[in-house]
Amino acid sequence: MDILITGILLGGTYALIAIGLNLQYGVARIMNLANGEILVAGGYLAFIAYVSLQLSPLLTIFLVAPLAFALNWLIYRVMLQPLVNRAKTRGQLETDSILATFGLSFIGVGLMLGFFGGDYFSYSFMAVPLQLLGSTYGANRVIAFCMAVLICGALYLWLNRSRAGLSIRAIATAPASARLVGIDVKRLSALAFALGGAVTAVGGALISTYLTLDASTGVVFTLKALIIVIMGGVGDVRGTIVAALLLGIVETAVASLLDPGLTLAAAYILFLGILLFRPQGLFGKTTT
Amino acid sequence: MSLTGSDLRNLVLAALALGICALLPLSGSGYWLGLGVTIAMFTALATSWALFSGPTHYISLATAAFFGVGTYVTGLGIDSLPYWGLIGIAGAIGAVLAALVGLATLRLSGVYFVIFTLGLAELVRQVITWVQNNSGQKGLYVLTDLDEAGIYWWLLGLVTAVFVTGWLIGRSRLGFALRIIGDDETVAAHSGINTARAKVLLFMVPGAVAAMTGAILAPRYVYIEPSLAFAPILSFQVVIMALLGGASRLWGPLVGVIPFTFLLEAVSANFPNQSTLVIGVAFLIIVYFLPNGFVGLLDRALTRTGHRREA
Repeated sequence: MDILITGILLGGTYALIAIGLNLQYGVARIMNLANGEILVAGGYLAFIAYVSLQLSPLLTIFLVAPLAFALNWLIYRVMLQPLVNRAKTRGQLETDSILATFGLSFIGVGLMLGFFGGDYFSYSFMAVPLQLLGSTYGANRVIAFCMAVLICGALYLWLNRSRAGLSIRAIATAPASARLVGIDVKRLSALAFALGGAVTAVGGALISTYLTLDASTGVVFTLKALIIVIMGGVGDVRGTIVAALLLGIVETAVASLLDPGLTLAAAYILFLGILLFRPQGLFGKTTT
Repeated sequence: MSLTGSDLRNLVLAALALGICALLPLSGSGYWLGLGVTIAMFTALATSWALFSGPTHYISLATAAFFGVGTYVTGLGIDSLPYWGLIGIAGAIGAVLAALVGLATLRLSGVYFVIFTLGLAELVRQVITWVQNNSGQKGLYVLTDLDEAGIYWWLLGLVTAVFVTGWLIGRSRLGFALRIIGDDETVAAHSGINTARAKVLLFMVPGAVAAMTGAILAPRYVYIEPSLAFAPILSFQVVIMALLGGASRLWGPLVGVIPFTFLLEAVSANFPNQSTLVIGVAFLIIVYFLPNGFVGLLDRALTRTGHRREA
């Protein structure tokens, strides 16, 4: 039971990060491997604001989100749009964007190492025990989870109820046809990419309240987010949330029953299972 | 299999170049020999990487995983088996491991393959660390009487084998099939090529070579531990060197390995904390300015002068 709840609490934040990546990959068609660095940057900002200004991370996210949005919008417009324009095939865009975002990821790590050094950083925010169903959990984890649920819910509603959300889902399903019905694919792709980055950065700020991060941990989160996106299905918010919770639970189970050093192995076992048995994703339909 | 005149000439030139390279340890300079070992290592890794990724366009980041497995084969077996035997075993294990990874991912889209290989080194490292923690063992000592020159000659032998393999694949049915897959996978599948099988077979080559490279280099480390053997940065360096040179020709990666080794050497000597930044910038330069590597630049220059001569 402990494992289940801790896992779900962890999975909630994973869901947020993975939805950010899913917006970038599903809509903007950019496999953003620098996603984890955006997350760590969000965590850094929350850390600095808390340590130097005593600003609560729950307030910092309102600063993190617009900053990350602007940064990701710029990255997409300046660096990735040219790749989209020059790519002749989907495969070529994939290769190019993978290499370009790897470059960005290394530059991100390099810059953060330069500014903040290679130390782990953590701070004590709301580290008070909270009674829940007969066991105790850190209040920071519960709050981070609640925030993640709120943001995921808002995104889900926005994607499924609003006009812009409808257009974005149209691009995710059929980018070529979306243009034919008068959707500005370029503008909305940039928007989705920026929004994805903002969501990820907020996820980073939330996760920094209870996990220890350092400049080079980004890639681990990128990998987990990628695995969740593939498990849940590209462009599928519901699938992403289920997959994220599943990963959170399996990871917590492995960490507490076997060894905390084997969490990536847990993610890989899920990944392998999906690849072998359901490559179309948990809720995906088989395409012929 | 018939050799044309230019094939023969290239073979003789290559053998000559190899002979000159083999004389490097006789120069007596430890610094240059050390650099030579690094260059030979990256040449083997990058050339075999490009054998797979050149035609398929799949970016493999598994090099560090295979390399680490190779060093562990030597580390575990050095007391009971001869060195050359361990290199062979490492190659076989690397090939089998690559086949398994390939079977799981290469039937599907290339993205799955990239993601899977991205974490592979970290995954194997976690598992080995876990096994070591449970058996109470921390690291391995590899003590041999092999010196730097010996390692260099072994690596040079491996590089030769990689080039010969690449040349033979290029002339074989498999090589032909791969060129078609690279141009248009749908066409390849329709003309009766088992594309997944061809890709898995080819992926075994860099797997085996990287494991053998690791096995050869293990004595150089003397003490092996997981975080050293499975350093993920190795995979990225190999990708950059191969793409910088150009993955479309057999000798392309070599053109990238040499300058980038010197660059990394200079950066790590002068600005030890900036090597990640340099790697990041190198990726961007490749994508935006050198999409076909130095080889692509050369080809373009050649066609331009060719056109001028015709005009």
